[in-house]
Amino acid sequence: MGFPETIHTGSGFWAPIFWIIAFIVAILISYVIRGFGRKDYKRGTEQVKPFLAGNIEERKEALHIRGDHAYWGFKEALRGFYEKSKKFHSGDTRDYILWFIIILVISFVLAEVV
Amino acid sequence: MDFLLEHSPPLIVAIPLFASFLTPVISRISSRARDGIALASISFSTFLSFLLAQDVYKNGIKVYTFGASVPSLTRPAEIPVRIIFEVDGLSVFMVIISLVIALLAVIYSTAFTRKEREGADRYYTLLLLMVVGMVGMEMTGDMFNFFVFLEITSIASTALIAFWIVRAESLEASFKYIIISSVGALFVLLAIAFLYGEYDLLNIGALADAMRYTFIDKVALVLLLSALAMKSGIAPMHMWLPDAYGEAPPSVTFALIAATQASFYGIIRVCYTLYSSMFNHVVIGSLLIALALVSIIVGVTMSIVQSSLTRSIAYIGVAEIGYMLLAIGTGLIVKTENYGIVALKGGIFHIFNDALDLGLLFLCAGAVILSTGERSFDRLGGLARNMKYTSILFLIGLLAVSGMPPMNGFASKLLIYESTYRLNPILAIVAILGSILILAVLAKIFYSVFLGPELPHLKDAKEAPTAMLVAMFLVAGIIIFFSLFPGYVIDKLVVPAVDAMKDPTAYINAIMGGG
Repeated sequence: MGFPETIHTGSGFWAPIFWIIAFIVAILISYVIRGFGRKDYKRGTEQVKPFLAGNIEERKEALHIRGDHAYWGFKEALRGFYEKSKKFHSGDTRDYILWFIIILVISFVLAEVV
Repeated sequence: MDFLLEHSPPLIVAIPLFASFLTPVISRISSRARDGIALASISFSTFLSFLLAQDVYKNGIKVYTFGASVPSLTRPAEIPVRIIFEVDGLSVFMVIISLVIALLAVIYSTAFTRKEREGADRYYTLLLLMVVGMVGMEMTGDMFNFFVFLEITSIASTALIAFWIVRAESLEASFKYIIISSVGALFVLLAIAFLYGEYDLLNIGALADAMRYTFIDKVALVLLLSALAMKSGIAPMHMWLPDAYGEAPPSVTFALIAATQASFYGIIRVCYTLYSSMFNHVVIGSLLIALALVSIIVGVTMSIVQSSLTRSIAYIGVAEIGYMLLAIGTGLIVKTENYGIVALKGGIFHIFNDALDLGLLFLCAGAVILSTGERSFDRLGGLARNMKYTSILFLIGLLAVSGMPPMNGFASKLLIYESTYRLNPILAIVAILGSILILAVLAKIFYSVFLGPELPHLKDAKEAPTAMLVAMFLVAGIIIFFSLFPGYVIDKLVVPAVDAMKDPTAYINAIMGGG
């Protein structure tokens, strides 16, 4: 027996209600910790401006990291894999059909047809 | 009400079919009336599907024989030669998914067609025909009928993918889709011809009963599985999917997810009913698991390098299909074990979750494209200021798709992780890594589209129209309900579907013993 929302996985269970309670408790703890923060912080003053070693801050839109640049390191580290993957995704419909035929052949072998 | 219930299987198909041909006529009089008819027809079919589901859960499989004096009479001439709809727990589960998704897609479309007036009359005809096709595929008990409905879905989908006919990319995606669909359908037809030539039968239940797993049957099995896997977008035959999902209007992509799942339903029906205990489960199950792992890996890794919003989400769709297939393959290998059942529950639950979660992301992407006219990440940013609701809805979809607790995606993926871990821990590790990467990709999308400073060329971006927001909030509402009450959803919807998969004899007896 359990809450109506509980699911059993065979070796454990999942009840969102417990997660939500834990989440609320975590939020409350965070709020309490926030209360210990500095009280002299003032919005809209010099305080909130970033200090870039004395350099002038760039325009905000120039600082936005565009989606294409995100995970640059990940893509660079896997460059070899991506070069092959992109070749494999040629956009040519004949290649699409070729992969279908390859899977068909593998399946024929596995199903002991040939 | 009894009349409606008795004739609900054909009515669920016939009502949108009738409405599909009515909408272009009504469209000449009033576009609002056209939208209303589309909405009313799908709403009524959805209502009937819930009525049918209640009946199936209470009284077992519902059989409807076309042309018989009594619809439940399946064998007027000793063999089931007539067209028969056979609805069990699995069929009705899929029908509910298709119609709920279609209903939400139509609500979203009412705003979309107001913006895109050109071709709006034909749009509803095609969208409703697509619904007819996929619901027919899920209810029919006849292999040839399955092929016919598959073709209806494919042709309607092709035309809808090319809706933005002025975009060369849309036409190209549509062209690729029709080639892939035609090849897939041709192989399905060939398999059906082999089975018909051998047994003189087309009825799925009767074929399952007569199946001897001869050489011809093995050939038909491979043809059916490969063709339906391609139509489901399973890697490495997935390449059409990002093209089609990425270029179709968002409401169409939403419905396309359900159409793809109808082909996935075909795989389940072939494995668990048509061939039930005939083939080597370990070999076929392992093949499905191998394809699932490839789908997860290819889907998430390719999603990272996309620069288009919709294509990036589409690749995540490839990975999500991998999760379902992983569960179905695991369920095949360990049919009798308890964790095999857990895998099936996870896989079946994930079908619904995938349609909702991924669908919500596409609907949000559609709102962004409609508002800004931009698809590329490089041209997007800071939209949370102008599109508050869309950004919150996208965040809900993001958390759900990546399987973050307490979302519904987590509940179904947890069942998949735990059951696949029992089969082989490496499977669970790949699945969890895949989910982490999905979260990373979607976090990138969320950041680059909605966060950051306001971009000068997007200053005038406006929130999505009300009808679009209503559809998106309804999807999010269902997601939250599924997230908070996963046990309820599994008990009421998923378990009957899994029971139907476990016991193919009930499906066979409903036909062969129903005379």
